[in-house]
Amino acid sequence: MKARVTVTLKNGVLDPQGKAIEGALKSLDIAGVNSVRQGKVFDIEIDAADADAARATLEQACERLLANTVIENYRVELV
Amino acid sequence: MRAAIITFPGSNRDGDVARALRKAGAETVSVWHGENALPPGTDLAVLPGGFSYGDYLRCGAIAARSPAMDAVRAHAAGGGLVLGICNGFQMLCESGLLPGVLMRNAQLRFICRRQHLRVERNDTAFTSAYEAGQVIDVCVAHGEGNYVADPETIARLEGDGRVAFRYCDAHGEITDEANCNGSLNAIAGIWSPGFNVLGMMPHPENLIDPLIGGTDGAGLFASLCRAKADAA
Repeated sequence: MKARVTVTLKNGVLDPQGKAIEGALKSLDIAGVNSVRQGKVFDIEIDAADADAARATLEQACERLLANTVIENYRVELV
Repeated sequence: MRAAIITFPGSNRDGDVARALRKAGAETVSVWHGENALPPGTDLAVLPGGFSYGDYLRCGAIAARSPAMDAVRAHAAGGGLVLGICNGFQMLCESGLLPGVLMRNAQLRFICRRQHLRVERNDTAFTSAYEAGQVIDVCVAHGEGNYVADPETIARLEGDGRVAFRYCDAHGEITDEANCNGSLNAIAGIWSPGFNVLGMMPHPENLIDPLIGGTDGAGLFASLCRAKADAA
């Protein structure tokens, strides 16, 4: 099974990297960019009995390692 | 004082902290991160600076899940002393032994320079050789040292007196210019609720020898050795 885990900063957490990218996009005259937040994407291949089992395992992976839940949210999608 | 210094793939300040501890009179033992126990009789577990696992995923994140960290967690739970410097502080936050997180420096640059710190209190095992409010001159060398936590956590740390060091200027003033990485309340180091776990971004182990330009870091290691002697 293939899955995609997306980890993003929580609202309100300052993201200096996103701010720098936002500034760079503006300096390239890319129109209409209001704000940028940088996150991470993990493409994971996983063996599991079914989608629910895969989802449960991946949520555990996020809680234990992939995300720092003090500052980050995560989303698990099976693809 | 028997100190176990844990080396992770990418640690690079383990030798320096061992030297600083030995100079203060401690015995040091090197421990590989794959070990699941600390050597018998360990008084202090040290998580040294460096770039464990190349800072992959998040600084200190992968090291924080290593077998040796379970041993460190058990050591801390039993009241044992734990010192995390720089990458070690990041590991302590990632492992949940200390609250909060160390984000990218506010100005987005790696900083490597001399830095003044204010010692907030001296009634602890880590700071007894200093005066409360003393300004010390040590080093910082990090890209992710911007301490962030939610307002409740900050209020708790401040209320309990668990801020160990703050970035300050040469006169001990907390200014925006002196706060090298943008940390909340200029926090450079914090203690656990039991004051037995200290995480700090600056490097006291760099400044222990007059030959290198100063000895203000030596007090931290002298304090630790004194704490052990007092307890004996």
